[in-house]
Amino acid sequence: MTIDTAVLSNEERISFALRSLYHRRGCKPYRMSRFEDYELYMKNKDFLPSPEVISFTDTNGKLKALKPDVTLSIVRSYRPTDGEVQKFYYDENVFRVSETSRRFREIRQTGLEVLGSLDAACIDEVLSLALESLSLISPDNRLCVSLLGIVEGLLDMLELEGEARSAVLRCMGEKNVHELRAVCESAGLKAGDAERLARLTLCSAAPQDALSELAAIGCPELSEAERLAEGLPPEAEGRVNLDFSILGDMRYYSGIVFQGYVRGVPSSVLSGGSYDRLLHRMGKPGRAVGFACYLDKLERLEEVRRDA
Amino acid sequence: MLNIALPKGRLGEKVYGMFERAGFDCPAIREENRKLYFENEALGLRYFWVKPSDVAIYVERGAADIGVAGKDILLEYAPDVYELLDLNVGRCRMCVAGPKDFSDDLSKTLRVATKFTSIASDYYASLGRDIDVIPLNGSIELAPILGLSDVIVDIVETGTTLKENNLAVLETIVPISARLIANKSSFVFYRPRIEELTRRLSQEVKP
Repeated sequence: MTIDTAVLSNEERISFALRSLYHRRGCKPYRMSRFEDYELYMKNKDFLPSPEVISFTDTNGKLKALKPDVTLSIVRSYRPTDGEVQKFYYDENVFRVSETSRRFREIRQTGLEVLGSLDAACIDEVLSLALESLSLISPDNRLCVSLLGIVEGLLDMLELEGEARSAVLRCMGEKNVHELRAVCESAGLKAGDAERLARLTLCSAAPQDALSELAAIGCPELSEAERLAEGLPPEAEGRVNLDFSILGDMRYYSGIVFQGYVRGVPSSVLSGGSYDRLLHRMGKPGRAVGFACYLDKLERLEEVRRDA
Repeated sequence: MLNIALPKGRLGEKVYGMFERAGFDCPAIREENRKLYFENEALGLRYFWVKPSDVAIYVERGAADIGVAGKDILLEYAPDVYELLDLNVGRCRMCVAGPKDFSDDLSKTLRVATKFTSIASDYYASLGRDIDVIPLNGSIELAPILGLSDVIVDIVETGTTLKENNLAVLETIVPISARLIANKSSFVFYRPRIEELTRRLSQEVKP
């Protein structure tokens, strides 16, 4: 049987290309049910982009949900085995509330999750796959990477806790240094220390340049950033930025977090990171890292290319 | 071409003046006509005027790479954008206002009339106060006078309207001013230009 690829939508073509890439790189397909136990999402609702979930009562009286997320299900069904690394990819529809219309939407996601006894090479491989995924979506792309250890390290060193810490993190996520300075002042931080946080917030540069800036800021523990810069593949040149405004929920994420952009699409088309803390919260040992590509955002990419 | 959304009206004129003095001028914008957008091809800039409350949507959706929006709009709609600079113009306050002699009866749900339902809800949630939000689109000051609400949450510039209607500011929630915002994807692809624009614009900000 031959398939006329001309009839495929842009979204479908990219989905096939991504699945083929992940398959070639040794990931196993993960197929999940459309429904999941509601309780799973209620226990971890802060992990979801929006807390609303479509729920219903099954014929046996159990409360179920139309899945708003894939990672939680993969973590739940993950069975750790000593010293092993398990790699999964998926292509699933999820049901989420749109941030703008505030109504439920069905969104197609393709992504991968790597769980188990991960080492630095595994993280490098996932970053490399994220870069390759972006290139399959569009040749004009960028990957913005943050290291939560650096952010948390500086906040700990400056002894910022509680509400002040949350407010600083919010400002960092918005690159909002004018309010960040005000928050630091109310928290009693020295002007010089507030400036260090402002510089970290504005830091968005190629890894080697970012490393010099991190050293100048006086961030503790730069080994993770140094290792990241060394582990990047040659094709990352000019496409990867270290950017500390990229922040995941630190109750779930730790270490690396990243977002991918392609020119012409106004928001990130790929998002991921290492979520060891989610794994541990769900009672599983080891480490985990993964990412998802938001295929619904690519519907108009062809129009953007034609206009360009 | 860098697309810049400015708010229509007095504030927009003032803000454009700051862009102009910072070296990002577009002479066509000063011409008398009914055009909706204006370009300076040499500088690679395209300006357009939009309703002040729509600027954040244009920027979040990428129709504009950067724009200028009031902090009230950013707090109310929480668009996913970068907030790069406080331009310190269009200054006012988001306040709770009500009858001068108002005293909150904690045994009852507080009725709050406002255009800014999210800001009002978040503010009272932070105080642990149960409220009934009454969404209105204009003449908010009428609500407590006619008994539709106990208090209002609204923007206060001079306080004259409140005074003339026997109302007073009861609490200030947050100071408001115009902010330079950027689309996150545009920031990634046009970072040097946006950073340079922010830097030069910051020199035009008066304390």
